[in-house]
Amino acid sequence: MQVTINVNGEDHTADVEPRHLLVRFLRDDLGLTGTHWGCDTSNCGTCVVLLDGEPVKSCTMLAVMAAGHQVRTVEGLETADGLDPVQQGFIEQHGLQCGFCTPGMMLTARALLDRDPDPSEQQIREAISGQLCRCTGYLNIVRAVQWAAHHPAAAAAATAPSAGSTP
Amino acid sequence: MQVPASFEYRRAQSVPDALALLERFGEDARVIAGGHSLLPMMKLRLARPEFLVDINDLHELDYLRQEGAELCIGALTRHRGLLESELVGRLFPIFHDAERVIADPPVRNRGTIGGSLCQADPAEDLSAVCTAVRAVAVVLGAGGRRSVPMADFYRGPYETDVGAGEMLGEIRVPILPDSGSAYQKVERKTGDWAIAACGAALSLADGRIASAGIGLAAVGVSAAGYRRAEQALVGREPSEEVFAEAGRLAAEDCEPVTDTRGTAAYKRHLAGELTERALRLAVERALRPAAAA
Repeated sequence: MQVTINVNGEDHTADVEPRHLLVRFLRDDLGLTGTHWGCDTSNCGTCVVLLDGEPVKSCTMLAVMAAGHQVRTVEGLETADGLDPVQQGFIEQHGLQCGFCTPGMMLTARALLDRDPDPSEQQIREAISGQLCRCTGYLNIVRAVQWAAHHPAAAAAATAPSAGSTP
Repeated sequence: MQVPASFEYRRAQSVPDALALLERFGEDARVIAGGHSLLPMMKLRLARPEFLVDINDLHELDYLRQEGAELCIGALTRHRGLLESELVGRLFPIFHDAERVIADPPVRNRGTIGGSLCQADPAEDLSAVCTAVRAVAVVLGAGGRRSVPMADFYRGPYETDVGAGEMLGEIRVPILPDSGSAYQKVERKTGDWAIAACGAALSLADGRIASAGIGLAAVGVSAAGYRRAEQALVGREPSEEVFAEAGRLAAEDCEPVTDTRGTAAYKRHLAGELTERALRLAVERALRPAAAA
């Protein structure tokens, strides 16, 4: 059936089977391979994208169910002004090693900061509790989100000499 | 890669539209809301519906409101909505206890109370909660609506009283004066299914327990429910001895099986211990309503 899904601000229309999963639509049909695909059982959370601004696991959602909704993937984090502060935070605080969980982690962090610009460490840990990271022990991911919270205008400052400073 | 078998998909535009679709497709149709129970089962071919009726656009089923002495919960209310509701936390802290340990935030953004109850997984938390608080399920069908107490709603693992052509519309929970409730769960890791869990809800009158409800998850189906434990509470003054007696009876009446999450003996032990803890906390909250929320 024909569906139109808005992904990163752009409408995409495609003919898909109802059983087509959103993660496959994003990766295979649109070529947006930043959304990773891991356990396929809604446990690992690497496939998290934002649906109308809130994190959802795209391996456990049909593409047809996303029709008419706004999907944001990691490719949609960067703006014309530069990297999202969350992306910059992951660089500054070494929030990744292998990078497999990173897209979902960053999108979850973005959704959290959109709701609460200054979350506590506990709130950050709860927000990312649906996603597994096997490299960092989560500490640097928490620090990365905190860095982003403390540098809400990081995108504009990303090219400034002080961009590398930590809070 | 896991992909469900082929099916036809319809997005319902209204409750009557959903009911008409369900009526037309009969036994071969399933309602899908959050999809976090149904889609994994479809991927594994444990469920194989021919038709999916998507009710995510039926915002008229997404509400939390007090009507007189009842809390009314629309079937499409997301886990997150329950967890973030001040009204729910104030009236029934048991829902907040449970929601904090159901899956994880992205899953709670999608999953619904209606889906949880209709999936009727024996380890599912909200079924135990709704049993404890004596919730009544409102089932919608072509012939109108009918009310089903939780004891009759749950027919066994993955089976409910919702028939072909019907759907769950609402959950109604009676609000009792001087009441308290709590949910206690032991799990292997954050967001996992329970090894065992217990929900307890009770009301007090003149220093004694006036009513009590107990629901357990993941420890098998007790044919008679936990009436013996409940009856051991009613009319008594709350005390450690009374909680222990109720816990002992609940542990006797549950029917756990050994699996990868633990032995039957361990689960039976947990059932008793968690019943005691849930009762203790529920009484604390009944005595100090301000601290309940």
